[in-house]
Amino acid sequence: MNRPIYLDYAATTPMDPRVLEAMLPYFTEHFGNAASRNHVFGWKAEEAVDRARAEIAHLIGAQAKEIVFTSGATESDNLALLGVAEMYADKGKHIITCVTEHKAILDTAHYLETQGFEITFLPVSKEGVIDLEELKGAIRKDTILISLMAANNEIGILHPVAEIGAIAREHGVLFHSDATQAVGKVPINVEEMNIDLMSISAHKMYGPKGIGALYVRRRKPRVRLAAQIHGGGHERGMRSGTLAVPNIVGLGAACRLAEEDMAEEAPKIQALRDHLQTLLEKELDYVYLNGTVDQRLPGTVNLSFAFVEGESLMMGLENIAVSSGSACTSASLEPSYVLRALGVGDELAHCSIRFSLGRFTTNEEIEQVAKKVIATVKRLREMSPLYDMAKAGVDLSTIQWSGH
Amino acid sequence: MYSEKVNDHFNSPRNVGILDGDDVGTGIVGAPECGDVMKLQVKVEEGRIVDAKFKTFGCGSAIASSSLATEWIKGKTLDEAVSITNSDIAEELNLPPVKIHCSVLAEDAIKAAVKDFKEKNQ
Repeated sequence: MNRPIYLDYAATTPMDPRVLEAMLPYFTEHFGNAASRNHVFGWKAEEAVDRARAEIAHLIGAQAKEIVFTSGATESDNLALLGVAEMYADKGKHIITCVTEHKAILDTAHYLETQGFEITFLPVSKEGVIDLEELKGAIRKDTILISLMAANNEIGILHPVAEIGAIAREHGVLFHSDATQAVGKVPINVEEMNIDLMSISAHKMYGPKGIGALYVRRRKPRVRLAAQIHGGGHERGMRSGTLAVPNIVGLGAACRLAEEDMAEEAPKIQALRDHLQTLLEKELDYVYLNGTVDQRLPGTVNLSFAFVEGESLMMGLENIAVSSGSACTSASLEPSYVLRALGVGDELAHCSIRFSLGRFTTNEEIEQVAKKVIATVKRLREMSPLYDMAKAGVDLSTIQWSGH
Repeated sequence: MYSEKVNDHFNSPRNVGILDGDDVGTGIVGAPECGDVMKLQVKVEEGRIVDAKFKTFGCGSAIASSSLATEWIKGKTLDEAVSITNSDIAEELNLPPVKIHCSVLAEDAIKAAVKDFKEKNQ
């Protein structure tokens, strides 16, 4: 059996061995509590945390003091939305976000609706991007927060974060961005982009699982948050709990490596991604790109292979790890809400596959994957009644299907 | 997540293909937007199914269910064929609960093909 090939970097990444190496001493040797102010064990831990804070801040153009550690991006998103909502409720109860956000934002926003907040969910274009004029039009006197993701996890599309930040600043509204997929992959600068709050996750950028951060602006404007986890007053009182020092060291190292390698790594990954797409489109007909060619994360491509259901394609791609927007891969039996929001029909959403490449993807792997995908799509189309109909010139949308 | 039998039918599906002729009944069930469409055909001689073919767009268990259905109905009378139920198929393939609808679709496809044959040969 061949070694399995991993093309699901948008789900999680393997840890970089250099990150692990940086973390190891902090499990056994330097195990102190970073809050222990009176002995060398505590100082060692605190030193490491400070260093990591600086590494993270440097990658995103922030100050070290503006980094608040959390358990991951889901908690960061929760803290940003709930923390702002609670703190600024007197000023207003309106929040703007969009329909293709991660569930950590959408579900939190829906929860806030039950607490008397009003949420505007902006639609997106068929490329997956919000309309800036529509955003401006949605801002009201009582709008306290705009939360829009930097890069979408399913299709890799990048939002015009700098333009959104400028609009938010002009209207005096706080701007939060879930940048889980973007940080470490594409340049992000919270100053230049006028970002006030930003969610970061370590395990999407070759760091450990279970650690993330929320960037919280301290100056111009100073963002205040109501704590959602109460306790010892860690992290400037915004997030209590003993700091997970080894994980924090890991997140710091991951950010440092990302900063060092990004300029070289991103074009290399993008070339591999484009190579994969070209190989597939050359050999297969009826392949549709979900999202757009431009303004995309370097490692992500989401394709629909019409007339082949996504789960069956994944089943045929044994030993290749990818994701699908097909309903059959989800517990809900609904196809991807992100693809639906782009206006991709359900029949094509069921046929979608997300390939996400990363640091350790090789050209040889891409060649192997392309070969296997082409062979499997062809095999499954040979048993697809829809492919026969399409080939015979039948317009599938005119058929009265029985459904079920 | 799937049983050996599902994997086997998925990797080596039986009776993929198309049948033509007046003695052929065709059933097409499902819908593309639901993620599965099954086309099942039966060739009938003297009230008995002498050949069966399928083509399926759907997940692994949908493909396996239709493959198994064609295997089972070959050699059966029309009455015997339509007495096959979705639970027979689900049980044989050991389908997980979330995939039961695939076996329902296969049962429907058999019934639709037989009905089509009967209508054409009244």
